[in-house]
Amino acid sequence: MPAPETSAPVLETRDLTIRFGGHVAVNAVSARFQAGELTAIVGPNGAGKTTYFNLISGQLPATSGQILLDGADITGLAPSARAQRGIGRAFQITSLFPNLSVHENVRLAVQARAREAASLTRLWSGMRDWIEKADRALEEVNLLAQRKTLAAALPHGDKRKLEVAIMMALEPRVFMFDEPTAGMSVDEVPVILDLIARLKAQGDKTILLVEHKMDVVRSLADRVVVLLNGTLSADGDPATVTASAIVQEAYLGITPKAGGARG
Amino acid sequence: MQNGDAMISALLSHDLPKSKVLAALLGLILLGLALAPFLFPGAAAINTAAKICIFIVLVASYDILLGYTGIVSFAHTMFFGIGGYGVGLSLYFLGATWPIVALGIVVALILGVALAFIIGLVSLRVKAIFFAMITLAVASAFLILATQLSALTGGEDGRSFRVPELIRPATKLLETPVFGLEITGRVAAYYLIFFAALALFLVALRLVNSCFGRVLQAIRENELRAEALGYRVVYYRTLASCLSAALAVAAGCLSALWLRYTGPETTLSFAIMLDVLLMVVIGGMGTLYGAVIGTTLFVLAQNYLQKLMGIASAATEGIPLLPRLLHPDRWLLLLGILFVLSVYFFPTGIAGRLAGPPRKEESQR
Repeated sequence: MPAPETSAPVLETRDLTIRFGGHVAVNAVSARFQAGELTAIVGPNGAGKTTYFNLISGQLPATSGQILLDGADITGLAPSARAQRGIGRAFQITSLFPNLSVHENVRLAVQARAREAASLTRLWSGMRDWIEKADRALEEVNLLAQRKTLAAALPHGDKRKLEVAIMMALEPRVFMFDEPTAGMSVDEVPVILDLIARLKAQGDKTILLVEHKMDVVRSLADRVVVLLNGTLSADGDPATVTASAIVQEAYLGITPKAGGARG
Repeated sequence: MQNGDAMISALLSHDLPKSKVLAALLGLILLGLALAPFLFPGAAAINTAAKICIFIVLVASYDILLGYTGIVSFAHTMFFGIGGYGVGLSLYFLGATWPIVALGIVVALILGVALAFIIGLVSLRVKAIFFAMITLAVASAFLILATQLSALTGGEDGRSFRVPELIRPATKLLETPVFGLEITGRVAAYYLIFFAALALFLVALRLVNSCFGRVLQAIRENELRAEALGYRVVYYRTLASCLSAALAVAAGCLSALWLRYTGPETTLSFAIMLDVLLMVVIGGMGTLYGAVIGTTLFVLAQNYLQKLMGIASAATEGIPLLPRLLHPDRWLLLLGILFVLSVYFFPTGIAGRLAGPPRKEESQR
């Protein structure tokens, strides 16, 4: 259920655009995201979903348009500054610290939030609160047993879980999941989906989720945004949007006549 | 006993050697260096021991950049040289007293850190190769400057100077020899170098095991991710390069005090830069204990391989080809072969190999 339009959005993009040469990858996308709302962003491959995420978390600079967090313009800020303001990002292509342990990977996220993050005198091994916090994040994704394993040595599914655990440990206000379950085995997927559902149940987090699986979108999302060729082409509640002709045809590759919407 | 263990662990910042062999090797080196004047009499031996102490600090400080942060710099000997010239020229021009030594150290530290800071700000936000090139250019410029400003630096010849009385070779500190060793100023100088190097090494160890140090490793592993977590990569890199420069300057100060001489050949030359690079790689990048092992092996090889080859060459006389291959003049060739073999068989360095199985590289990205 979308939050009422009147409440101030946590995150907003206004006419957000990025051009690569002649190609407009994200074209004037305006959207508002409220606290407590889970928005699924769907669209075919190459529609600009990940690019849209990269613009919001700062990995790519916008050509034009604005990104606002709590009404403040963050368009010109470095990725690190955006992270410190509460934007958390889990990457589609797993982005870990390969030669550090699973625990260290998450610890670095815990530390990033702390005041003593850059302390030269405090020993890494002495920060008990952080150790516990990191282990709790690992427990949430069922990775605690592998805490001493090097991230590079994990199987693919566990890497994806670690990717999510890193963002959880960062405790952001805006969570950006980019296909968190891609490449995971069927029995691993529920771990991540439960986690996202629990996060949503907390009620004060803003969650953006790029996801291809329509059943996941329908069961988790309050709202669905459709990107097509970089343009926002539908925005509404999941049932309506996933049943609409635009999604059926362009995204699912089914013509409206051939397939009806399930559920 | 329990207390002693805890204290040692705290001194080592709880970063204990990862294997028994490594720990034993390090213990042996520590013991050897601590007792060097008594165990290995003679000017050549004590010179070698002092050089090992000084280079352990220099190599460890370089490893903070290369192994921990993943920054390639060619200006490290420049900072070593700033330390050497700072103390050397102060003593040469202002007189041989301890306050002057302190002044030289402070001036060198300020100059070195300021230079590292400027180079860092200018070039650390861009690609790594650009930083390497900038450091190469700055280091060359500094070398030329040091040789051209001969009124100040003594040019190619460098400057010989007197050190404070306590550590002059002619000074006799005790009337009676201890364990058959005359306690001269030279012995005092050696222990000054030894304890200073030990302290600096422990500081470096503390640095890499601090919260800050782990962020450096994160930046080495995945810069983009570190930035996305909220770490300002440029800030961390610049600070790392300043701290590393400060340690190199300190090593340079020690070197000047030991040699009572400073010149381009002993501190600034690219040959030394190359040696430092080899010592880091042989010992193992990303582990400071590797710096200890790499330095010790390399300096020993540099000083004793020639003698050893002379003996081997004489022993193999009569056998065709071998004596000529083992001729002392070919020691650089043999050193090169040893280096290639060590990199081939221990890609993670000797300390890295002793610490555990080789690291896995991320296969898919």
